[in-house]
Amino acid sequence: MHLTHLSLADFRSYEAVEVPLTRGVSTFVGSNGQGKTNLVEAVGYLAHHSSHRVPTDAPLIRRGRERAVVRGSVERAGRTTLIELQIVSGAANRVRVNRSPTTRPRDALGLLRTVLFAPEDLVLVRGEPEGRRRFLDDLLVSRAPRFAGIRSDYDRALRQRNALLRSAAAAQRSGRADLRTLDVWDGHVAASGAELVAGRIHLIRKISPHVLQAYATLSACDAEPRLSYRCTVGEAIGQDGTPSRQELHELLLQGLAAVRRQELERGLTLIGPHRDDLVIGLGDMPAKGFASHGECWSLALALRLAGYELLRADPGPDGDGEPVLILDDVFAELDTGRRARLTELISQADQVLITAAVPQDVPSCLAGASFTVDGGQVLRDA
Amino acid sequence: MFEGVVQDLIDELGRLPGIGPKSAQRIAFHLVQSDPVDVQRLITAMQEVTRKVRFCEVCGNVSEEERCRICRDPRRDPSILCVVEEPKDVVAIEKTREFRGRYHVLGGAISPIEGIGPDDLRIKELVGRLSSDEVTEVIIATDPNLEGEATATYLARWLKPMGVRITRLASGLPVGGDLEYADELTLGRAFEGRRLLDV
Ligand SMILES: Nc1ncnc2c1ncn2[C@@H]1O[C@H](COP(=O)(O)OP(=O)(O)OP(=O)(O)O)[C@@H](O)[C@H]1O
Ligand SMILES: [Mg+2]
Ligand SMILES: [Zn+2]
Repeated sequence: MHLTHLSLADFRSYEAVEVPLTRGVSTFVGSNGQGKTNLVEAVGYLAHHSSHRVPTDAPLIRRGRERAVVRGSVERAGRTTLIELQIVSGAANRVRVNRSPTTRPRDALGLLRTVLFAPEDLVLVRGEPEGRRRFLDDLLVSRAPRFAGIRSDYDRALRQRNALLRSAAAAQRSGRADLRTLDVWDGHVAASGAELVAGRIHLIRKISPHVLQAYATLSACDAEPRLSYRCTVGEAIGQDGTPSRQELHELLLQGLAAVRRQELERGLTLIGPHRDDLVIGLGDMPAKGFASHGECWSLALALRLAGYELLRADPGPDGDGEPVLILDDVFAELDTGRRARLTELISQADQVLITAAVPQDVPSCLAGASFTVDGGQVLRDA
Repeated sequence: MFEGVVQDLIDELGRLPGIGPKSAQRIAFHLVQSDPVDVQRLITAMQEVTRKVRFCEVCGNVSEEERCRICRDPRRDPSILCVVEEPKDVVAIEKTREFRGRYHVLGGAISPIEGIGPDDLRIKELVGRLSSDEVTEVIIATDPNLEGEATATYLARWLKPMGVRITRLASGLPVGGDLEYADELTLGRAFEGRRLLDV
């Protein structure tokens, strides 16, 4: 699939901009702070309804304005879909697809697929588990939008359960904690939690060979990346087969029962997918804390490219699942060998959007449309 | 911020469900500019409602008397109780004209975030009604969202020892809609709640 047009209003530094796009490679070149990342952030937002840079939407709205609008036309399996998103701070987004409003914003998830790699992705390898969980969940939603519902069910059940534990913890000190509904919340947390964990474990299995391959191609070295799922219930997961959803449901229920006393002391749910992690190893060492800067870069990039390959191989119900590939400021960080191999990898892609501060950063063989980004304008070079 | 009384009105209106700060402002200024007779009619209606309306002693529905219209109606089947969250759910089910039993209004759903536990709902009253052994079936019709489901599960476990038949309203596909437009969760639930086709 590819974008044929992008239009922004009051998004980040852009007051209004129209960008016609074509298949193949497009490069966006401009000095620091001119709005290159803002532009590709908007494309990512159109696909995921969240930014790769910030957890909340407020910074996406141009300073002094109340709402931002991102519009994109997507061509997929011969059909064009217009997706329009209105971002209002502190309220739900409004979403229209082909000019008709959707009942829920998440109905538009999955219409456009993107894979975005940016310098921030280094935290995938080096940062906290949160970023890695998000990597998995975003990919799950891209492949099967129903996971957006499962994720939000889980989050909501978790918030309810935590609220109950907190008030019970407070009441326990005065000797009258009300725990009659705790079992019910355990059941809800375990049900959606099991679906989420099962989805993530399955995804890790699917993506692992692609990570291996992308890393080998990029880094041309021997150490092999290994992915496993660290689960708060059952260390064994990843070693001997994938547990079924029912097994995970049971494991979660048992796990919750086992830590109940601690949970009541702390007023917090201590077990479940919100505490799990995607463990990335290189050779027989964990990447975090051991891998070099360059190795971390290649690993992070390999994770994203693997996500890209996985989506590409899985067309989804609308056909043509190949995502738009976005590389923000990537080439400047790579040595010549890795540059050449990355170039090779992406030259077949349906659509690639590349940003760079100077034209020299983009390998010249990646010919395509080139744009100059300067002070809120995006202009196609003659 | 506006001057004293106007801002007070805006604040009060803003506390009503479904009215945000902007609408509150619009309504307030509309009232300020309206014919005093119209405003008085609104005031009277609101006063009457607080003066006359109370909750039915039996089912918890809104009523102008001790017992609501439905609880007084001898034609309603006393052996089936339909448990709902709010009085407005009674109205919705009554519109279907399908249900001939009686209701029990809980007054909300279990939600620890909002500090609502079982004791804040009319569950004791429900148990009281069940022990009178006239009731043979309880239909749980709480909302099909997380809190409604949690309340349904809790009730079902709580009522099970009382030996009545407990059922849950099926949640499924919107009638008149296209299958292809139903979201995955609704479709999934509809599958779980599928029934035998009698031909
Ligand atoms: N909500 C906003 N309103 C107005 N301006 C904003 C907003 N958010 C970000 N900006 C401005 O956008 C600019 C950053 O743009 P962006 O991150 O796209 O730069 P860039 O071209 O990617 O630069 P670099 O080459 O350094 O990565 C900053 O000058 C910032 O002040
Ligand atoms: Mg940038
Ligand atoms: Zn009544």
